[in-house]
Amino acid sequence: MRQNENIVSLKNISVAFDGETVLDDINLDIRNKEFITLLGPSGCGKTTTLRIIAGFVEPDKGDVLFDDNKINGVPAHKRQVNTIFQRYALFPHLNVYENVAFGLRVKKTPEKELDLKVREMLKLVNLTGLEKRKIDTLSGGQQQRVAIARAIANNPKVLLLDEPLAALDLKLRKDMQTELKKIQQQLGITFIFVTHDQEEALSMSDRVVVMDNGKIQQVGTPKDIYNEPKNAFVADFIGESNILDGVMIDDRLAEFSGKKFECLDSGFEKNEPVDVVVRPEDVDIVPLSKGMLEGVVTSITFLGVHYEIIVDIGGFKWMIQTTDEQFVGDKVGLYIEPDAIHIMKKSEYSGKYGDYSSYSEEIDHLSDVEEDEN
Amino acid sequence: MKFLSKLYIALILVFLYAPILVMFIFSFNSAESVWVFEGFSLDWYKELIYNSTMLTALRHTLLIAILSAIISTVLGTAAAIGILQLRKKITKSLVMSVTNIPMMNADIVTGISLMLLFVFFGKLIGLNESLGFFTVLIAHITFNLPYVILSVMPKLQQTDKHLPEAALDLGCTPLQAFFKAVLPSIMPGVFSGFIMAFTLSLDDFVISYFTCGHYQTLPIVIYNMTKKTVTPDAYALSTIIFVTVFVLLILYNTMQNNSERKVARR
Repeated sequence: MRQNENIVSLKNISVAFDGETVLDDINLDIRNKEFITLLGPSGCGKTTTLRIIAGFVEPDKGDVLFDDNKINGVPAHKRQVNTIFQRYALFPHLNVYENVAFGLRVKKTPEKELDLKVREMLKLVNLTGLEKRKIDTLSGGQQQRVAIARAIANNPKVLLLDEPLAALDLKLRKDMQTELKKIQQQLGITFIFVTHDQEEALSMSDRVVVMDNGKIQQVGTPKDIYNEPKNAFVADFIGESNILDGVMIDDRLAEFSGKKFECLDSGFEKNEPVDVVVRPEDVDIVPLSKGMLEGVVTSITFLGVHYEIIVDIGGFKWMIQTTDEQFVGDKVGLYIEPDAIHIMKKSEYSGKYGDYSSYSEEIDHLSDVEEDEN
Repeated sequence: MKFLSKLYIALILVFLYAPILVMFIFSFNSAESVWVFEGFSLDWYKELIYNSTMLTALRHTLLIAILSAIISTVLGTAAAIGILQLRKKITKSLVMSVTNIPMMNADIVTGISLMLLFVFFGKLIGLNESLGFFTVLIAHITFNLPYVILSVMPKLQQTDKHLPEAALDLGCTPLQAFFKAVLPSIMPGVFSGFIMAFTLSLDDFVISYFTCGHYQTLPIVIYNMTKKTVTPDAYALSTIIFVTVFVLLILYNTMQNNSERKVARR
């Protein structure tokens, strides 16, 4: 199979549980051997999408294709995919070895072949020596590894991962991210990864699918998603953003905050109302005389690598990341390069994400992706 | 204070077990007297072996206990799984209260109502003698069911709800998934449910009394004996029953403790 052929395709998938729409007309092509991530807040439908591919949920409408064959109605145990569950769902009555061997035993694999495969898998996930251990004597990270080995021992063409790292602590999570990526490249199979952690999604994936409200908001490479968000939801969910109301005066000329700015976007109607995104790290602080905008510093947070300061410009609070120290009450000028301005069409999400007037440390803690991207 | 609390526990144990202890001792008495212990003998146990009424009753009791325990364990486990899969909270609690009624209900009410039902139904299909083996069996399954459900349910709730899905995902058919993944992890609950059902069935008197007809179980035979005079072979029999139940209870408790310790270690 060629690299870019689609291994899984979802066509017009809709699902409702008890009359409540969970997925609304989802269309998605997943390429062979790619690492694709379904990203979104809880309740956005990402796990349901995964369960449809696994065969645990039947869509109300639409088709699921696997290798160009329709697999609607094919039960889970006959699909060539394997899943790593959120809390691993390891079999507590079996030891490590037997957990990994489970799928092979069901398929009645000859003992010799089975033994080779299980040992190979345990080696791959660094669990050699723990064969006889009971599941409940393992640490979270080790259980995670058993779950990975158990799933890939069956040679799936597609591995489905349902928030597999959510239960691990931060340090371990980072290690496992690297390891998962390594395993994916080593095996050369498709990984479909579900997470609500945008940092995880950006750092691991070839492509990211941003979902909200049962709909796909944007599909693209991590860079696309970060630099060219399609709407205010994506801009807000991935990283920090200043999202402003603006008007597209002409191609490559936008107006917001009462000023006109040069930008790189075109293809909008003249005087079309738009949403404007400026990332906090793309704003330069300059002397008042050189500034395109001016405002007053209202708060400063020192984050080690940089300061995160909030600047009030005509009542709208901007977030700006800078390495220059400023002081509360300072009047500063802001300079924005044309390529730092990103224009988005108005959407149902326009106006839902306000400025940083209610900004707190807590929000910062949830989304600290900028460090990676800088 | 410490002495008092120890004394308190000792008193409780004495009150609980003194009667049984007396019965235990006098079952080995060589005479028939209940106040003079004349010497150790196994005569009453020997006599028991030749007491055909009692042995038949014992056979009945054991058969009913084993069968009703097996059937109610299978039905109860299936029911617990089904109840947990109910989506709506209201239906779930409704079904739970309905299944709990035989447990809360006074035995005498359950007994009489079951008898009425059996006789009514027997007449309906033209039987002269509707009470017998099958009616006691059904009655025992009825009152055993909630206990099985209640002992399986918590085990099921403890297991990862994705367990059956994981098995399906690895190639099991739904049936294989149940036997290979779900059942082994709820086995302690299933087993303790079975033991519960067995012991309850073993010593049930009231409900059996109303539903057994001529298929008399041991408690009923013993009760009928007390209308005349109780001979010490009844002590011997009761001692045997007590020891059996006691052993089963110890088994049940160690099972529970083991599985709890496992959970605690997690």
